[in-house]
Amino acid sequence: MADPITGADIVRAAAYIGAGISMGFGAIGPGVGEGITASKACEAIGKNPKEAGLLTRTMLVGQAVAESTGIYSLVIALLLLFVV
Amino acid sequence: MSYDIQTWIKVAAFSGGGMAMGFGAIGAAIGEGHTAACANAAISRNTKLSGDIFKAMLVGQAIAESSSIFALVIAMMLLFTKFPAHVLTVPVLFGAGLCMGLGAIGAGVGAGYPAGSCCTGMARQPAMSGRLSTNMLIGSAVCQTPAIFSLVVSFILLFTDFSKSPVSPTWAAILGAGIASGFGAIGSGLGGGLVAEASCDGISRQPETTTQVTNVMLLGQAVTQTTAIYALLVSFILMFKTFPATHLLAPPMALLSAGICMGIGAIGPAIGEGFAGQSAVAWIARNQKQVADLTRVMLVGQAVAESTGIYSLVIALILIFVV
Repeated sequence: MADPITGADIVRAAAYIGAGISMGFGAIGPGVGEGITASKACEAIGKNPKEAGLLTRTMLVGQAVAESTGIYSLVIALLLLFVV
Repeated sequence: MSYDIQTWIKVAAFSGGGMAMGFGAIGAAIGEGHTAACANAAISRNTKLSGDIFKAMLVGQAIAESSSIFALVIAMMLLFTKFPAHVLTVPVLFGAGLCMGLGAIGAGVGAGYPAGSCCTGMARQPAMSGRLSTNMLIGSAVCQTPAIFSLVVSFILLFTDFSKSPVSPTWAAILGAGIASGFGAIGSGLGGGLVAEASCDGISRQPETTTQVTNVMLLGQAVTQTTAIYALLVSFILMFKTFPATHLLAPPMALLSAGICMGIGAIGPAIGEGFAGQSAVAWIARNQKQVADLTRVMLVGQAVAESTGIYSLVIALILIFVV
């Protein structure tokens, strides 16, 4: 079999693998971190039910910040797939 | 270098069988060790109940063991079955071993948690032994689902006839399918176990909340299983879609990458959702009036934690269908 693999092909293959690794590993941290936030929010609401609204809001803001690295991973994955 | 195909099939079968049993032994052993540790502590606390606690320990350990037995079955099949002499058999054997081995880790550890807290709870609240055991069985059974997904994917890989598929992108699709369901099962098994542990604990502390605790446990566990289901979905697409033959390197790499992306991306969200469910269940048991608020916050928190799992699914689907 002739070797049809060219440099451009290898680069594309590397971009695809990079996209998968970026999004796959990048999803671990935010998932765990946001889960811990939600866990502590449940605990806090259990202890102090009157502040449920405030606690839920704080939880969501905190999770949104923790989400940012997941979004960076998504952006890098999309860049690798469609731009570079 | 000259070689015949049987050599490579043997290489793949033996290394796949080794991976299946090697990885597959990790989870069950940790989970059963945790159960036994809790059972010992419980018996020392309430010696009169040692018979019941011992029985609960064995039942819990038997469930935790099941994922490891799946791995043993796959390892035995890989070692002793005669497989068709085709190039694609090599990734099939490798992928099936990897899938079942990794897939057994989370379920084994996860099923050990509720069994342990069931033993502890029996010592604390002997009157609730029956309900505790039932709850432990339900919770541990849910933890086993991702291992069963892995078993299903391994079996489908082993028994599907890939001989008519083009070698070039199909090898990567097969490996990707194994990787997706294998890694994807780790988090869901573990997360489901955390929720079930908190529910056994809650029932033993506040027996009057049993119904609510079991219901919210099932809800929380169901959410933790979602990422394993995404991984199963990606595996099915990779196994059953027919891909056009190619000489290039990029198309197979895209399929392999889809499996890696979905498999590893499923771990974190499921563990995080497990933490959220664990806390929600624990506090519903202590503060029964807040069940509505706590369930809502648990679900909202889990939904946010789920988002990165969904990003992984999207990237995996783009890798399969778009690029």
